[in-house]
Amino acid sequence: MSEEMRPDLSPDLLRGLTQPRLSRRRMMQMGGLSALGLALSACSIKGTQPNAGSGTGTAATTGGGGDSMWGQQRAIEKFWTGYTKADGQLNFANWPLYMDVDPDDDSVHPSLDEFTKKSGIKVKYDEVIDEDDTYYAKIAPLLKAGRSTGYDLMVITNGIELDALITRDYLLPLDQTRMPNFYAQASDLVKDPSYDRGNVFTMAWQSGITGIAYNPKKVGKKITSWQDLLDPALKGKIGMFADNQDLPGCALCAVGVNPETSTPADWQKAADWLIKQQPLVRKYYSQDYIGDLKAGNTWVSMAWSGDVFQANASGAELEFIVPKEGALIWTDNMCIPRYADHPLDAMTYMDYVYQPEVAATLDDYINYFTPVPAARDIYLQEAADAKKSGDKEGEDYYNGLANSPLIFPTAQDLTLLHRYRVLTQDELTQWNALFQPIVQA
Amino acid sequence: MSARSIRNKLAPYALVFPGWVWLMIFFVVPIVAMLSVSTMTGNDLEGFKQTWHLGTYADAWNQFHDRIIRSLIYGIVATAICLLIGYPVAYWIAFRGGKYKSSLLFLLLLPFFVSFVIRTLSWQFMLGDSGLIHGALHGIHVEHGLFTVLRALNLADTDGQYTQTNMAVIGGLVYNFLPFAILPIYVSLERVQPVLLEASADLYASKTLAFLKVVFPLSIPGLFASVLLTFVPVASDYVDAQILGGTHQTMIGTVIDTQYITDLQYPTAAALSFILMAILLIGVFVYARVLGTEDALEMAAA
Repeated sequence: MSEEMRPDLSPDLLRGLTQPRLSRRRMMQMGGLSALGLALSACSIKGTQPNAGSGTGTAATTGGGGDSMWGQQRAIEKFWTGYTKADGQLNFANWPLYMDVDPDDDSVHPSLDEFTKKSGIKVKYDEVIDEDDTYYAKIAPLLKAGRSTGYDLMVITNGIELDALITRDYLLPLDQTRMPNFYAQASDLVKDPSYDRGNVFTMAWQSGITGIAYNPKKVGKKITSWQDLLDPALKGKIGMFADNQDLPGCALCAVGVNPETSTPADWQKAADWLIKQQPLVRKYYSQDYIGDLKAGNTWVSMAWSGDVFQANASGAELEFIVPKEGALIWTDNMCIPRYADHPLDAMTYMDYVYQPEVAATLDDYINYFTPVPAARDIYLQEAADAKKSGDKEGEDYYNGLANSPLIFPTAQDLTLLHRYRVLTQDELTQWNALFQPIVQA
Repeated sequence: MSARSIRNKLAPYALVFPGWVWLMIFFVVPIVAMLSVSTMTGNDLEGFKQTWHLGTYADAWNQFHDRIIRSLIYGIVATAICLLIGYPVAYWIAFRGGKYKSSLLFLLLLPFFVSFVIRTLSWQFMLGDSGLIHGALHGIHVEHGLFTVLRALNLADTDGQYTQTNMAVIGGLVYNFLPFAILPIYVSLERVQPVLLEASADLYASKTLAFLKVVFPLSIPGLFASVLLTFVPVASDYVDAQILGGTHQTMIGTVIDTQYITDLQYPTAAALSFILMAILLIGVFVYARVLGTEDALEMAAA
């Protein structure tokens, strides 16, 4: 473009536009320098280990090496005495299909409405947790930065993520004086559990089994053992989980080891078992294994007990078994994330659900192990009432609930059920390196 | 120098300044931060420290190279199929679409109104062992033959099983990224002026010759852009493999996701991301060299 063509442009501007631009080499040099500078300035990622002995604001630390146990106890008490009245608001993060719903409107939860009526606490209920690891990945950065997650109550499975929340001091210790229903009604299974001694941080929401579900019509024989999942006749029809707790845990059961006390040598055996099985497996599921099982894409699959109960309630004909070598039992736990805005409201709700009537209402829908054995009496009472009024269907229904081993586990089942292995950070790295390549081949 | 002339001198720089800031914040900073993370060592509990540990790259490659290579193969195959299907579609819309052109383009984009994940899930449903497609093909007795072919091509394994196979994953990738292949080709074909075709006819070119010597060369920039827009996202996609794949269809995207989210192994995840990015960049540059026109790059940018 010549100057005659654009007399309105000053020669200086034109020169600015036409001056030699930065050469490529110069560009690279500048880029390299700035990159180096930035790299140096971002030269570490802070750990998440709580600092020993330092109190964090109003809340008490738990991992603190400098604090005596009594000191911690007093700090927890002091924190809770600061709360005398509930705020009237509870923000609750839970998993999908984990709360009763109105048959006509999925967004209405009758038991929560009942709670609001009784306590005056409004509940914002969100089904935001799909998997423990992804949810943990979402909230951990907030908690690390000392910010509220926006929730006062969340439900986390015992295992790697719950251990991480506890060791990193991301949970609020519970007020032991505000859980009378829990101590009166909770089953032995969830009282003082190995993953949270003394129920310092958690109260159970529901428990369940990870075992085997199968379609008897398609398989054509009874499945009783993990070794049945090595049967070549089932090639391409076997579903396994993709997670890093249930799958290794079940494989450990399969090789005859109690996962809870397993050693790295046992892990290798379990991994070998899984590798042997791999050619027969259709898919390692991280979601919707039950859909494929119902649709017949898989005939036999690792499964969670309650899912099978729900699938059968909606017309599927699946069978759930605890294999003779044993299976896993897990517990989903209510806990209060640190920096929660309404901790007392959360405390109130957590203890509230330990009343037998409330527990019975919830489990009528959820169908996992209730932490409240007395809920069974409520079902039996309902069945008796139905019988009196001549309602045969109602009677059968409530008797079914009361006698379901998927809601009230039998003593025999319980002897076969094991908890997850609690892993240290180094063990976890080793564990993942062993089992993940099998799932993500 | 007068104030005015200084202002005039700085004006062009001031105008590009926001662009540079944008690139800096959203491109350079994350890339450099990731590069720096990839040479750290440590764990989530104790923190990660910069130790310039380059071994992470070697470890990551040794542990996961088969999944990287698989992703690249899926990328190449899916892109090739996208072009084979996409070019005729784009050609037809551009030259034969007439007054329906915009409706046809709208139809191409219509699937985007439903979430990508849900569309992929619906394929899982249709391809399932007792799904529609199995039922239909089984009914007309072509299924056995089809599976003989699929097995020979290493696309399927067991008779009667479509999902959790290579075929299902590649099919899902093609389905999801086809519009990205068609649109750039369409844009370049649309620009081809009819007078050029008339001129070639005047010079005694047959229709085939006119296509080969005139239309196709003019559409190369579009082809280039469409390869870029398909190959790069396909190679790093992980949704299709997770939903439609089985035990031996894991793509590198899934591995990176697990390393970041589940294992909290940031250095490994960052190293894998860099290896993938480096391979893709080298591939793209080689490809640009071979095709070799400034035009092509401009077209890609457009």
